[in-house]
Amino acid sequence: MKTLRRITLRVNGTAYTGEAEPRKTLADFIREDCGLTGTHLGCEHGVCGACTILMDGQTVRSCLMFAVQAEGAEMTTVEGLADGDRLHPIQQAYWDHHALQCGFCTPGFLMTTVEFLNDNPQPTEREIREALAGNLCRCTGYQNIVTAVAAAAHTLAAATGALRETGAAVPVSRATGVAAGPRKTRATRAAPHRARQTGKPSKRRSGPKR
Amino acid sequence: MKPAPFEYHCPRTVDEGTALLARYGDDAKVLAGGQSLVPLMNMRLARPANLIDINRIESLAYIRDDGRALRIGALTRQRAAERAPQVAERCPLLRDALRLVGHAQIRNRGTIGGSIAHADPAAELTAVLVALDGEVTARGPKGTRVIAARDLFVSYLTTSLDPRELLTEVCLPAPPKGAGWSWMEIARRHGDFALAGVGVVLAVRGGKITAARIGLTGVGPTPVRPAEAERLLTGQTPSEDLWNGAAEAVRAAVAPDGDIHASAEYRTHVAGVLTQRALREAWERAREAA
Repeated sequence: MKTLRRITLRVNGTAYTGEAEPRKTLADFIREDCGLTGTHLGCEHGVCGACTILMDGQTVRSCLMFAVQAEGAEMTTVEGLADGDRLHPIQQAYWDHHALQCGFCTPGFLMTTVEFLNDNPQPTEREIREALAGNLCRCTGYQNIVTAVAAAAHTLAAATGALRETGAAVPVSRATGVAAGPRKTRATRAAPHRARQTGKPSKRRSGPKR
Repeated sequence: MKPAPFEYHCPRTVDEGTALLARYGDDAKVLAGGQSLVPLMNMRLARPANLIDINRIESLAYIRDDGRALRIGALTRQRAAERAPQVAERCPLLRDALRLVGHAQIRNRGTIGGSIAHADPAAELTAVLVALDGEVTARGPKGTRVIAARDLFVSYLTTSLDPRELLTEVCLPAPPKGAGWSWMEIARRHGDFALAGVGVVLAVRGGKITAARIGLTGVGPTPVRPAEAERLLTGQTPSEDLWNGAAEAVRAAVAPDGDIHASAEYRTHVAGVLTQRALREAWERAREAA
């Protein structure tokens, strides 16, 4: 017996409606029903941080929430960072500093970095390392990720400073320009419930154990 | 790594929540932040038939200072408490312990009440509750009752809460003004569960300790309040010998298990070392405040 629930949530400014069992995690709903596969799943029990997204401006592990719980919430995923072809300054810093190797963990690191630099626009290296501690990189390329976050902080601080000189109001707590309200609004039907399709091989990997 | 099917309930009020618990009781789990429960469900170590999601009971998220104690609604997010000015002012021990609960992503969802009701033997909040002689309020079919910290924790992941009861509030008596505090823990990585952790509060007058509170985590099935160590400190003038004596009393009071992360001997040793360091820091803070 399966009870499907109708779920409407907003991701990157777009409203998605789909039907899912209550046990479907938010991460799976975003990937399978919204079709946004930038959010990755590593361990599926809240250890690796790959599935980190912003919900109402705060980072959450989307594998530890059920989609039904996010009804009405405003989500930002990695797809919401770039402005068209122009990478977000944090993404650009990761690119410039070779902060990704296989790239699997990168979406989670990026979203963690967004919240962190919103909260702490001028972090020390130690603070950066602590802030990233909840995200695992199995290529172990941490050094360059730390460098990239520091560089992104510089870029964003410079941009914020420049804007301040021109008199534009830029709240420091929103230094990254992400996490606030929607940038664009359009309604989209969620993709057909793919979980019901047959013969789809499982690609899930078991993640690192505690 | 997908949870087993369950019936989902989403009460909007405490009354709705307790009515659902009264109905489904043993066959239900309360979902608060979900940072411990959902991993257990994903791994199918927990398979509740009914999930009662209290996240929409907005009346359970608050922090109030009633003059004697901080009263924290069970659904208050750990991150919110960590940043609340009342917590920083009235109970900095709680703030410092919260900073080491998992990671920011976890504390954004994780709740004060959830951590205590889950009763993980290595949780920070359980030790803080015990050290401060805190209490929790629970509501169930027989009404509302207040449970003292010492009567709450039974064993690993087990409390004296009835399955039909909903934990609604956590009450932390604020230490006296000018008291020194310290939270210390050792973990393999930042954000991991502590191998051992200790919270200390020292009230000081005229160069003497008038009251000492100690709570330990990670060193047994429940948080430990080492009565002998507290007795030994009370009324004394601080010295390295005194800290040593308290550390020895703490080592005698704990009985940790060994596991792949650390042996029982190591945890016992570290509990003493951390107690010494925490006592030193708490004493320094009390002196600065004086």
